[in-house]
Amino acid sequence: MTFAPAPGAAPMRRMVAAQAGFETRTLLRNGEQLTLTLIIPLLLLAAFSLESLVSFGGGYTRIDFLTPGVIALAVMSTAFTSQAIATGFERRYGVLKRLGATPLSRTGLIAAKTVTVIAVELGQAAIIMLVALALGWSPNAVAAAVVVVPLLVLLGTAACSGFALLLAGTLRAEATLAAANLIYVVLLGVGGVVFPLTKFPPGARSLLELLPSGALSTGLRDVLANGAAFPAKNIVTLAVWAVVGIALAVRFFRWE
Amino acid sequence: MTGGARGGGQDRRLACVSTGKDPETRTNPTAPAVQIDGLVKRYGSTAAVDGLTLTAPRGAVTAILGPNGAGKTTTIEICEGYRRPGEGTVRVLGMDPVRDARALRPRVGVMLQSGGIPPSVPAADYLKLLSRFHTNPLDPAQLLDLVGLAASARTPYKRLSGGQQQRLSLAAAVIGRPELVFLDEPTAGMDPQARHATWDLIRALKADGVSVILTTHFMDEAELLSDHVVIIDAGRVVADGSPVTLTGSAGQLRFRAEPGLDTDSLLSALPADSAAKESPAGHYLIEVPGGTVEPALLAAVTAWCAERAVLPSSLQIESRTLEDVFLELTGRELRS
Repeated sequence: MTFAPAPGAAPMRRMVAAQAGFETRTLLRNGEQLTLTLIIPLLLLAAFSLESLVSFGGGYTRIDFLTPGVIALAVMSTAFTSQAIATGFERRYGVLKRLGATPLSRTGLIAAKTVTVIAVELGQAAIIMLVALALGWSPNAVAAAVVVVPLLVLLGTAACSGFALLLAGTLRAEATLAAANLIYVVLLGVGGVVFPLTKFPPGARSLLELLPSGALSTGLRDVLANGAAFPAKNIVTLAVWAVVGIALAVRFFRWE
Repeated sequence: MTGGARGGGQDRRLACVSTGKDPETRTNPTAPAVQIDGLVKRYGSTAAVDGLTLTAPRGAVTAILGPNGAGKTTTIEICEGYRRPGEGTVRVLGMDPVRDARALRPRVGVMLQSGGIPPSVPAADYLKLLSRFHTNPLDPAQLLDLVGLAASARTPYKRLSGGQQQRLSLAAAVIGRPELVFLDEPTAGMDPQARHATWDLIRALKADGVSVILTTHFMDEAELLSDHVVIIDAGRVVADGSPVTLTGSAGQLRFRAEPGLDTDSLLSALPADSAAKESPAGHYLIEVPGGTVEPALLAAVTAWCAERAVLPSSLQIESRTLEDVFLELTGRELRS
């Protein structure tokens, strides 16, 4: 073997693909992360659709009400909780610092993380929808849903990622872990995932619908269960959160 | 890594966003590996680096030595582009480590003092990932074998021993076939076998034309490996040269005998520029600064002993080691 110098950076696309593949494999190898992103959403879907644990109201079948909420939960678990925890520990272990010395640029790293999150979400969505269909899910949607659902998921992902990186880039890894899990549980309760926001008092309800979780679950439910074409209020709400979250992350994220 | 990461991380390696000029045009193939001029880096009111000037030649192994807190890691991290210099200039392969980061990253290999590798990832997977960032990487499996980790290829980083983790970091630093590598305490925590294997690898790097900058606390390592030694203390260079120039030609003669012999009378029997002392009790040291121990000196010492009916034992003639020089320059008191 010769060490004779022959340096050169690989093309950006190859570096991003390598890093994204690496991050996806690392995530799938991690049991806790997998529980968070897949097992919990599927368990909620099955448990609440098979048994009448909560009265949803609004004339939906249980599975028709639950499926959009569980998709929203899956997005939050991957883009927010899982990403915050993983990035927090990468920062703590010096992984981000070490990557800074490789030809992969920061932009490349962020691109790779985005690709990873979207790939995992696609997998989650496919599995959740297949299970939901098997449980009798019959979406009530117009053709525009093919565009509007991905748009909602994308905006929700951007908002969640911004706040995930804000947490991970400012707090200690343990504090990030605790905060990300706590927020996940709270959003599970008040995010319109399995408990309908219509059950909350009117004042609280309009406030909860302005949170990213409420906006995403309500928007998805509007499109997939109510046949709405374009839930403008939810889309605008998510877009605002996305801009705020990413701007805060850019401003306050510390790499080491 | 405290203190340096203020102001939203602006103190870090930045992507070189168009300077209007292709960085390649600034490449100078004859520039030194590292050239530092009047570098100052302050954290609050304390100066971690305080007017440091050094040149590390191309194709050579340069060892940076210094007590804890001397400013070694700060200096290296400025060269790696992790921190911005406060004052002074730093050139790596003739380029600015912050402004030209994008052009430098593929050409420079980095081994951090610790960590940087995700704990759950198998050794082979990590090397394979880094190899994908380069155009002509070394073969990850061969490299793993070379650093003695072939049997641990599937072992997660966190389950490797300290020395194995260091060897994986070292492999990661060289996988992209860089022109220059920075190794921050490469053999810390290694057993003797691993240290020797690491030394062999560093020698192989040099033989193949790679410039190496390393920091170490092991004086024997610096003496054995390096062409050029820089000793720094309190953020400044206190000595700079090849190991041979630094240790000089000063000769030493040591012997043991009963404690309390009159060293002044011994001194009067020796050449004028010699020094003699007893420290600790019963251990005698005779130094000949700028010279060597001549046969006549040895005869004078033994004659002096014979006159006093003293039998010297463990009599040794040696030259000064790098460790002697280091302790002379940086003192013997413990550092934090």
